[in-house]
Parts: sequence; C-alpha cells; structure tokens
Amino acid sequence: MSLSDKITKILHYFRRPDKSAKMAKDRLQIIIAHERTLEDKPDYLPLLQKDILAVVAKYVTINQDDVRIELERKDSCSILELNVVLPHVDS
Amino acid sequence: MTKTIVVTSGKGGVGKTTTSASFGVGLASRGFKTAVIDFDIGLRNLDLIMGCERRVVYDFVNVIRNEANLNQALIRHKHIKDLFILPASQTRDKDALTLEGVSNILEEMYKTFDYIICDSPAGIERGAQLAMYFADSAIIVTNPEVSSVRDSDRMLGLLSSKTKRAEENREPITEHLLLTRYSPKRVARGDMLSISDVNEILRIPLLGIIPESPAVLRASNGGVPVILDEESDAGSAYADVIGRFLGEDIPHRFIEEKNHWLKRLFRFKETEPA
Repeated sequence: MSLSDKITKILHYFRRPDKSAKMAKDRLQIIIAHERTLEDKPDYLPLLQKDILAVVAKYVTINQDDVRIELERKDSCSILELNVVLPHVDS
Repeated sequence: MTKTIVVTSGKGGVGKTTTSASFGVGLASRGFKTAVIDFDIGLRNLDLIMGCERRVVYDFVNVIRNEANLNQALIRHKHIKDLFILPASQTRDKDALTLEGVSNILEEMYKTFDYIICDSPAGIERGAQLAMYFADSAIIVTNPEVSSVRDSDRMLGLLSSKTKRAEENREPITEHLLLTRYSPKRVARGDMLSISDVNEILRIPLLGIIPESPAVLRASNGGVPVILDEESDAGSAYADVIGRFLGEDIPHRFIEEKNHWLKRLFRFKETEPA
C-alpha cells in the first residue's frame, strides 16, 4: 500500500459519513413521485399493456418500453391513450 | 353533528392505537361524547391500551351480526364518563366486517356521539378500508422513517379515492399529519428525517409531533393512555394535539434537541440565587 493510499484511508476514516436522513429523503422523493403516477389506474392496465405488446410483437419487433398506455379521466368518461413506437422499416 | 375521525398509517407499529386512545381521552375529557372503535378484527388491542380488556363481553362483530345491541357492546371508561370503547372481535375472521354492518352501527352512533374515532388496522385490507370509508377527517400517523412515509403516501391516495366522501364527490376528508417517535437529537445529527423533510414529501398540514418517549411504553404497560401522563413529554404533546385539532393556536413543542446536560447544569447554576 502506497503512502497516499494510507493517507486516503486515514482521511476516509475521519470523514463524516453522508447524512443518512438526506439519503432517506432523496430515495423517498423518487419512489413516491413514481408511485403517485401509478395511483388511480385500474388494475388491468399492466395486463392490457402486455397483451397489446404481444399482438404488436406478432408483426413487428418492438420493446416493452415502446408501448405506452395512459388512462385519462374526464368528467363522465375515461380516455385510453395508446402510443406505440414502431421501428423504421426499410422497404 | 357527529364527526368521524380515522386514525390510519398503512404501516404497523407506528402508534395508531396509542394515538386513538389518547385522542379519545382528550376529546372526552373536554366534554365531547366520544367513542373509539377498534377495526382490527382478530387482533384486538385498543382494549389493552385503554385498560378495559377485562370488561369486554360483546364486540363490534357481535353487534353487526345482531347477537348484541350497541349499548351492550360499548364499554364506558372507568373514570371518563363521556368516553366509550367498541372493541374488535378477537376470534372471528375479517370477513365478518361488512360495509352495511359498519354503516348501520355508525348511523346509530351518530344520534348520540360528538366524535367517533376509528382505529384502523395496519395494511390496506378490508378493516383498514372500512375504518376510513366513513371518515370526515383523517389522522395519518407517520414515523420519520422511509417505509412509514411511503405507506402514509399510499394511504393518502386511498383516502382521496376509496372513501364515501370521495365517491359522493363531497368535500374531501380533512387530512392531518401526526409525526410520532420523533427524535430531535437524531434529526440534529442528520440520522433521521426532519419535520420539514416529511412535510415536503407528504404535503399535508402538520397536526403535531410526538417525541420518542419512554412514557409511551409505560402508558401501554399500565393500560392508561399516555395523554393522562401529563408530566411526560409525549403526554403533553398529545394534549397540544387535541387543542390544535379543535382549532386552538398552540405552538409545536419537543422539536428541538434537549440541552446538553452540561449546559443544563450551567444554566441551573446561573439561575440559582446567590
């Protein structure tokens, strides 16, 4: 072990560790923001997305991420928005 | 008009029953006729925390099934005349709790009670859903800790969609955050989420902070709700919470680190007469 390594190690020992509360807050903000977008969506939505993906995949090769499905609530009805990104096909 | 309050959290062990018990005592001591209902079917504990476990004869499910009437099942508190407890059943399965059954009981209670406190079980199963369904206001009990904060956020989502007020498009449930087991010392050290951290994430009005305190365990050991331990920090914090809930303007306490013992000693010497 070189001298500089030893110094780094010693310094590391005395360094104050990152505040764990800060980590907790950052992690919570990310996961909760994500989970809030999933709220209020019906349970069948992920399954529907999977089925649609399977049907499209029969004809073209696409990724899981290429199908986006959104459900928007209006006063008296809901709008199902389906977004499929198809790859460029050379003819 | 009766107000129905749900005490909920999602996560277990954060202080729902402790809070329900102290809330019941606090409101009833101020002269409001108050009932606390244990919705944790199969895992009844409110009776123990309130010190009436040996007086349980009939329970919530007995009343739903018409095996007893409401007055037979309600237990009046030994010393506080306006306080009643409706215990959960200990033996039956959770399915015994029905929307219609709960609705009927509450309907009957609305005739005589000022406040009904619904002590929710942990989780998001039927007991928890029914405890919040009829609520006018909700106390979200949260510990400054990641899993509790996340679960509280989930419960807020449910409160805004899976309740009677939400379904009937009425004014939404009033939400209150109660931060429990708070340790100013650990917050100062950077090892615990602070009040403002939790506030920033959950974004609901803060009703109060209950400090981590040995008084809470002592209270449950003796079956005397901690709010009655007026000398204790947790007890007086709960008393403040009741006042705030009723609209009084009371500043938050127990949110700063206690003085170091040396400083305290020093100040003591300073103030001592010469």
